[in-house]
Amino acid sequence: MGFIFGPGFFQSSPVQVALIVGAVVSVVSGVVGVFTVVRGQAFSGHALADLGATGGSGAFLLGLNQLWGFLVIAAVAAGAIELLGLRRPRGRDLATGIVLGAGLGLAALFLYLDTSFSSTTGASITILFGSIFAIDSSLVPVIAVLTAISLGTVLLLYRMLLFSSLSPEMAAARTVPVRAVGIGYLVALALAVSLSAMTIGAVLSTALLVGPAACALRLTKRPGLALALAALIGVAVTWVSIVLAYDSYYWPPGGRGWPVSFFVVALIFTAYLLTQIPIPGWFSRRQPGRAMVDVGMARR
Amino acid sequence: MFSGFMVNTWLAATMVAVVAGVLGFFIVLRGAAFIAHAVPNGAFAGAAAAGLLGLSTLLGLGTFAVAGALSISWLSRRGRHDVVTALALVMMLGLGALFLSMSEEYASEIFSLLFGDVVGVSSAELLPILALGVACVAAVLVLFRPLMLSSVMPEAGEARGVRAQPLELCFVLLVALATTMTVPVVGAFLMFSLMTAPAAAARSLTARPLLAMGLAVLIALAIVWVAIALSYLSAWPIGFFVGTLGATSYGLARGWAGHRQRRPLSARMATDPAR
Amino acid sequence: MPVEAARVAGDEVVRLEGISVWLSGRQVLREVSFSLRAAEVTGLIGSNGAGKTTLFRVILGLQRASAGRVWMRGRAHSGRLPAIGYVPQTVALDPDMPLRARDVVGLGLDGQRLGIPLPSRQRRQLVDEMLQAVDATHFADARVGRLSGGEQRRVLIAHALISRPQLLLLDEPLINLDIRSEQEVVELLSGIARQQRIAVLISAHDMNPLLPAMDRIVYLAAGRAASGTTDEVVQTEVLSKLYGRQVDVIRLRDRVLVVSGSDESVAADHEHAHDVAERGLI
Repeated sequence: MGFIFGPGFFQSSPVQVALIVGAVVSVVSGVVGVFTVVRGQAFSGHALADLGATGGSGAFLLGLNQLWGFLVIAAVAAGAIELLGLRRPRGRDLATGIVLGAGLGLAALFLYLDTSFSSTTGASITILFGSIFAIDSSLVPVIAVLTAISLGTVLLLYRMLLFSSLSPEMAAARTVPVRAVGIGYLVALALAVSLSAMTIGAVLSTALLVGPAACALRLTKRPGLALALAALIGVAVTWVSIVLAYDSYYWPPGGRGWPVSFFVVALIFTAYLLTQIPIPGWFSRRQPGRAMVDVGMARR
Repeated sequence: MFSGFMVNTWLAATMVAVVAGVLGFFIVLRGAAFIAHAVPNGAFAGAAAAGLLGLSTLLGLGTFAVAGALSISWLSRRGRHDVVTALALVMMLGLGALFLSMSEEYASEIFSLLFGDVVGVSSAELLPILALGVACVAAVLVLFRPLMLSSVMPEAGEARGVRAQPLELCFVLLVALATTMTVPVVGAFLMFSLMTAPAAAARSLTARPLLAMGLAVLIALAIVWVAIALSYLSAWPIGFFVGTLGATSYGLARGWAGHRQRRPLSARMATDPAR
Repeated sequence: MPVEAARVAGDEVVRLEGISVWLSGRQVLREVSFSLRAAEVTGLIGSNGAGKTTLFRVILGLQRASAGRVWMRGRAHSGRLPAIGYVPQTVALDPDMPLRARDVVGLGLDGQRLGIPLPSRQRRQLVDEMLQAVDATHFADARVGRLSGGEQRRVLIAHALISRPQLLLLDEPLINLDIRSEQEVVELLSGIARQQRIAVLISAHDMNPLLPAMDRIVYLAAGRAASGTTDEVVQTEVLSKLYGRQVDVIRLRDRVLVVSGSDESVAADHEHAHDVAERGLI
């Protein structure tokens, strides 16, 4: 056991916080991520995350924790997405990308001011790539509450969300309030993205959102099972990453440790590639789960 | 601001702007915005790796950019364009973060590579950048007609002997070249902005293809020059100015075009090029 | 049907002999033979998936035939010849695209050559002529992505014509057009065939809009083709033999309805029936 877990692993307070927050955040990311993939809105998730960088760095300037910045921006952006109905591809991709560019430029400015004026060293790293070992333990309750809200929203709207994600027209015909459900989903998404930006950074949080979900959807066609699997994969990846990052303190170049976010992203990527290997019988041939993904992707 | 090390920046940035206008015209025409987003992110990892190994940044950028461009092109030909490319993209960013974490200048290096650096071009890099730029522009101009035909009407092009696949390959390689020279100046995150905003703005202003390309170059030059000047004077990052000016010029162009459309249509509709 | 002045069919331009094509393990075309003559409009009729586009690709040299040969006037067919004008089925034209109608036509002239199009009076004149021939002069400078479906088709036809081909291929040019635009396009193509002495091959899944202009028909079903004049080919016996089961040909005023009893063609039949009913009421 001492071989896998570096010395002082379980006693370390930052590690404990990291394990808890990491797990909690992965669960909500995985769950919301399944719907994101099915709805073909991976790009919206990505946009929200990138803009989060602007919010987080802005929060630093105001002396606040970056979580608040992530949340505010995600809320505003989600509202914009809803109001402007940014769902169509092609032309909208261009406009969204240019707006994102402006947002990232603003993030650049905020980060620069952060390092010059407030003495937040390493602001870039924290905002962009996360700092799971440096999460303020007083934030844990807040994180827990926000996670509960996001998960709660999704689980409450579960059936309607599923229905309207797979076929909005049919759902509307069956008097499902598609618009309200869509708003609920965006709220959950904004929260999930903000939370995962805390652990692996704004720029990489898309991996935690989309990766485990995509893996889960490759493995099963049952929605409920997909949600559970996505959460499970997310938590597993995060915990293994935390262990590896802690251990890597002793790896070359020594004395610093590799970033947790790197491990998370690398493991997710590997996991995804593994699910791409066509093992006969691993998942059923007729894959409505796959159809869910295809429908989602086709509508992007 | 025009002396010493800044000369490199002005020269390199001018070349970058010309490439951005010329190649960006086709990036927007072909709807290849995703490639303009993905390749720089991949190149970021290469630059970080090069820094770690003590090699030239341009070499790292170039290798990863070319590899990334080829992979994306291969993947999208097989229909997989979405989840796997998004994950691979993020993977590259994570890899870059890893490499940089091993170096001494972690934070400032990240910042430079992602958001650009007003003094980001060393004298050793200037000549390669200029050469790459000239090659890129020349290639686009030479391929202009077949590229137009294949981008707009691929099947009709095939019937005339203009094969879409080899052209697509050339195109993504040109994007890789452009990436190699653009990232040191404006950063990996803002390259997309520079490649697309001027071209997108230009096409709102005119319907004539060559004129649109020319306008894209002019707008890109304006953006880059103003960005350098302001960045030098304020010490604020150049990426901020590029992103903001890009979005502004796009917004202004669309606003102007929208305003023109709302004018009462005269009988001579045919002479209105922006209809 | 409009009475035409003496239609003197020209020489053979293309001849297909026994063309068979296998794609992904399926035989798409079986020993298809027909020829196209200058100044004639030929309709290539068949339902979706019948092999029309494959046949086009064979003629264009983009698809190798497993058997048979394609002969083109003057020389043995090898590779793609610039003497063929091609109007593809779908061209996605973004409304914001910086491309005017005249630029699209210009691409037809020299789009395959390297370099930038240098402005020259001769080039402009040729483009103007072509635009006039398809009656597109009044929107020549408009963004091609903002034009209506019918207008875009005309521009694409001009694009295909400007290189003075001896053969013009159009893949489903009438799709998504309203009835009026359909008629305009058909009349335009008919006029072009006669005046410029070009062989025109139009593919469609419904032959009715083409009836006024069609000199000959190539009817594709189950990979096989029957060719000849409309009267010769569109007969119960001929088509039944082609399909390999009983089909009935019903003529209602000057429209044609092909009805099959079995399930596979039900969708196509409904389409035919619907079209016929719609047109019958006009």
